[in-house]
Amino acid sequence: MTLDTVKHATGTPDAEQPWVELGLKADEYARIREILGRRPTGAELAMYSVMWSEHCSYKSSKVHLKQFGDKKPETDALLVGIGENAGVVDVGQGYAVTFKIESHNHPSYIEPYQGAATGIGGIVRDILAMGARPVAVMDPLRFGAPDHPDTRRVLPGIVAGIGGYGNCLGLPNIGGEVVFDSCYQGNPLVNALCVGVMKHEDIHLAQASGAGNKVILYGARTGGDGIGGVSVLASETFDASGPAKRPAVQVGDPFQEKLLIECTLEIFKEKLVLGIQDLGGAGLSCATSELASAGSGGMHIELDTVPLRDATLSPEEILMSESQERMCAIVEPGKVDRFLEICEKWDVIATVIGEVTDGERLEIFWHGEQIVDVPPRSVAHDGPTYQRPFARPSWQDALQADAPTAERLKRPASGEELRAAVLQLVGSPNQADKSWITSQYDRYVLGNTVLSTPEDSGMVRIDEDTDLGVAIATDGNGRYAKLDPYAGAQLALAEAYRNVAATGAKPLAISDCLNFGSPEDPDVMWQFAEATRGLADACLILGTPVTGGNVSLYNQTGDVAIHPTPVVAVLGVIDDVNRRTPIAFAEEGQLVYLLGDTADELGGSAWSQVAHDHLGGLPPKLDLERERLLAEILISGSRDGMIDAAHDLSDGGLIQAVTESCLRGGQGARLVVPDGLDPFVFLFSESAGRAIVSVPRSEELRFTEMCGVRGLPATRIGVVDGDSIEVQGQFTLSLAELRDAHTGVIEALLG
Amino acid sequence: MSVRIGVVTFPGSLDDRDAQRAVRLAGAEPVALWHRDKDLHQVDAVVLPGGFSYGDYLRCGAISRFSPVMDTVIEQARGGMPVLGICNGFQVLCESHLLPGALTRNDSLHFVCRDQKLRIENAGTAWTNAYEQGQEITVPLKNGEGRFVADEHTLDALEAEGRVVARYLDVNPNGSYRDIAGISNAAGNVVGLMPHPEHAVEPLTGPGTEGLGFFASILKQLVNA
Repeated sequence: MTLDTVKHATGTPDAEQPWVELGLKADEYARIREILGRRPTGAELAMYSVMWSEHCSYKSSKVHLKQFGDKKPETDALLVGIGENAGVVDVGQGYAVTFKIESHNHPSYIEPYQGAATGIGGIVRDILAMGARPVAVMDPLRFGAPDHPDTRRVLPGIVAGIGGYGNCLGLPNIGGEVVFDSCYQGNPLVNALCVGVMKHEDIHLAQASGAGNKVILYGARTGGDGIGGVSVLASETFDASGPAKRPAVQVGDPFQEKLLIECTLEIFKEKLVLGIQDLGGAGLSCATSELASAGSGGMHIELDTVPLRDATLSPEEILMSESQERMCAIVEPGKVDRFLEICEKWDVIATVIGEVTDGERLEIFWHGEQIVDVPPRSVAHDGPTYQRPFARPSWQDALQADAPTAERLKRPASGEELRAAVLQLVGSPNQADKSWITSQYDRYVLGNTVLSTPEDSGMVRIDEDTDLGVAIATDGNGRYAKLDPYAGAQLALAEAYRNVAATGAKPLAISDCLNFGSPEDPDVMWQFAEATRGLADACLILGTPVTGGNVSLYNQTGDVAIHPTPVVAVLGVIDDVNRRTPIAFAEEGQLVYLLGDTADELGGSAWSQVAHDHLGGLPPKLDLERERLLAEILISGSRDGMIDAAHDLSDGGLIQAVTESCLRGGQGARLVVPDGLDPFVFLFSESAGRAIVSVPRSEELRFTEMCGVRGLPATRIGVVDGDSIEVQGQFTLSLAELRDAHTGVIEALLG
Repeated sequence: MSVRIGVVTFPGSLDDRDAQRAVRLAGAEPVALWHRDKDLHQVDAVVLPGGFSYGDYLRCGAISRFSPVMDTVIEQARGGMPVLGICNGFQVLCESHLLPGALTRNDSLHFVCRDQKLRIENAGTAWTNAYEQGQEITVPLKNGEGRFVADEHTLDALEAEGRVVARYLDVNPNGSYRDIAGISNAAGNVVGLMPHPEHAVEPLTGPGTEGLGFFASILKQLVNA
C-alpha cells in the first residue's frame, strides 16, 4: 500500500476515504477538506475523526457546559480552571490540589477488568500531568440489578480491575459509591477520581512553546491496543456488534504507570519540563495537537521514531493508538540529556520524537515523507458544535404526578411494621455494607489516609508537619435526577458538599462526571440541559466552582437510556486533620441531635424502591442557603470540639444513618420521635439539608446555642446507649440483628 | 550515634516511604537504598518494604531477588544483619531462600485489605523483642498473594524451633497454613511478615500504633548490641 502523503493527497483529490466508518458526518468531512484546502491524508483523517468524536470534542455537550464558566462563582481558590488536564485549587500553606473525575463506562462494560483498570490509569496521568503527586483515588460505580446474571460478570471484573491497577500503583482508594439499579443493566457506570498535591510553583500546563524545544515521548511502547477506542467505543451504542470491538479496549500495566509517576515527579523536581500532556483518549493525535495549539508555534514530529510494541503498525494506527502509560513532554535542548538520564534510572523508555517550530502548523513525517500538515487548533479545538434539539419528555409530568403518598404506597404503621421495614432497608443491596468490594482496595498505602469508606468523605493528610488535609466526597442519585434533572444535579452537589462538611472540611470546588443517554434523543438532551443548568446555578450559590470533569453520553441500550446520572465530586480543605469528624457513635451517653427540617419527602427514596419498587413524584426540596448554613455548623462543631460524630442524611433517611453510625462505633442508640412528626416520616424521609451529630453532654449548651443563634433547627432525638437501636414506643433492634441484615449482602449476591 | 535502618526501593515498591516514616517514628534514621546500588551505606539493618516490585511479574519477588542490592542484603543477612521483609519484602526473602516456604494466591482469590489481629508468637527475634510473648496486636493487612505455604516437615520445624513469629487471630485472611503471618530464620535476625506494621504507627492514619513495636524492637536490639 502506498503511503498517503500530503503530496499524494493533493494529487488524488477524488480518492475514496472511510470517513463514515471513522464516525464522521458528511458536513464534518467537508469541513476538514475546507480547512486543509484539499482532501485529508489517511493520517489526518484519523486525527480529525478521533479528535472530533463526541468523547474528545464534547460537540453535543459544550453549549451547555459553557454555563460552568459563565456562572462561575467568585473565588480566590481556583488556580487553574476548566480546559487543562485537571483544575487546580489553592488549599493554603503554599499547597495546590488538583482533582478530577472521569468516566470509563463503555470500555468497562465490554472488558470489565481492563476497562476499569485503565480508567484509573487515565485519570491518574491527568493529575500527574498537572505537576502533582497523585495521593488518592475514588470510584463511584453503578451496576444493573444485583441479581442479574450480567452483574455477576461485570461487577467482580470491574472491582478486580480497580483494585488490580490502583493497588499495584500504590494509591489508596478512599471512597466512592456502589449503586444498583436495573436502569444501568448493559450500561454500568465506572467513574474514577484522582486527587493530587503539589506546591503552587510546581503547576505544569499542557503547552508547547519555544522553537527548537524538543518533544519527548516517554513511558510504554506504542501498541495496537485501543485503536479507535475513543471514537468507536465512546460515541456509539453497542448493538449486536459488542464482542467484535473487544480489541479496542486498552490494556493497562500499573507497574509501568508507577514507574512513570516516580520518574515524572523526579523530572518535575529538577524543573526539566516546559509543558506536559498525558496520552489518553486519541493518543498522540490528541497530545501533539493540544500541546501545539496551546503553545506559541508549530510542531514537527518524526512519527517513525516512536518506539513500537508491534512493528507492523501503520502511521495512522500509531497516531490513534491509545496504549496506556505514556506521556509527552516539551523540554529545552540543554535539559534533554538529564531528562533521558532520569528516565533511564526508572527503566522508562524515552525518545525525542520531534520539536517545536516557529511555524503555525503541526507537521508529521513518516520516514522523511510528510503525512500530516494541519493547523493544530483546527484538530484540537475547532471541532463541530451541535445545538442538539431538546424537549421536556412527554412522560415527565405523569412521572412527577405519581407521588409516593400514603394513599398510593402502603406505609408501615405499627412498631412491628416499622421494624421490619428498617431491616429490609438496611439489608437492601444499595443500603447494605459494601466492604466486600472496598476491602479489595488498599486504603492504607502512602500512610496519610485519615478517613476512607464508609466515612462520609475520604480524607488525606497532605502535610505531615502541619496536619493540613483535604477531603473529597462523590455523590449522585439517578433516581432523583430522573424525577427532576435540574433538582437531581443540585441534590448530588448538595449531598457531596454536605458529606465533606460532615467530616469537618470546608468545601472549595467541584468536579463532575455527567453520565447520560444518547444526545440524539431530545428527552435525554433535555435532561442534560436541565442537569447542567441546575449544577451551574447551585455552584454559584454554594461558591464552589466547577474545575473540570467529563461527559459520558450514549449510555443506553436501544431506546432505553440510563437514569440521568450526574455524579459530583466536592473537594474540601481541613486545617488540622486531627479535628476530623467520623460517623461512628463511639461514646456512650453522648446526645444525638438531628440538624435541619424533616418533611414528608419520599419521592425517589430508597424506601420507595426497596419496599415498592416505585419511582415517581418529586425529589426532596433543596434549600441551598440552608445547606451552606448546615455546612458551617458542621465545620465549626468539628473545629471547636463540640461534636464527636456526624453523618449526613441522604438515601435511606435517618434510620439508615443512625444504623451506620451505631454499627461503625459499636454503640446503640435510644431515639425519640420528635413531637409532631410521623414515626415513618421521621425514620425514612430523605429531606435534604440534614445531618445527625453526637454531642458530648459537656458541649450541649454551647452547641445548641450556636445552632440557635445561626438559625439552624437542632432537635435532640436521643442518646448513644446500649447495644440496640430503640425507637421509643415503636420498636427495638439489636445491633447484632442489624449487623446480620446489613453485612454479607453483596458477598452473598456476588461473592 | 543514631541507628541507621535502610529501606530498599525496588521498581514498584509502594510502602517504602511508609517504612521510612515508621523507622523515623521509632527513633532511628531511615536510609533510602536503591535496588541498583550494591552499597548498603553502612546501615545497621534493612527493611524490604511492601508493594508490587517489578509488577509482581513472573512471581512475586522473583525478579527483585536478583537485583544488585539483594546480593549484599543476602550476604550480610547470612552474617547476622537484621532484615525485615514486609508483604512483598517477605516474598523477596522467600525467593532469596533466606526464609523457607512460599507466598501464594489468597484462598479467596481476592486482594484483601483489613485490620488484622495477630498474636506475637516469638518475642525473641530482632524485630519482635519489644513485644510481650503472646501479645495480641492489630495492624493492617493487604495482599493478593499472602497465603503462606510450606511442606509439613518445614512447618513442623518452624513451630518446633519457635520460628513462627506471628499468627493470625480470629480470621485467617488468606488461607495461610497454620494461620502463619510471619516467620524468622533460625538465627532470628531475618523476619518475614505478611501484615503491615508500618501502617499502624500513628493513631490518625492506622488502626492504632501497635505496629511500632517491630521498629522499636530493632532499635532496642541494635542499641543494646
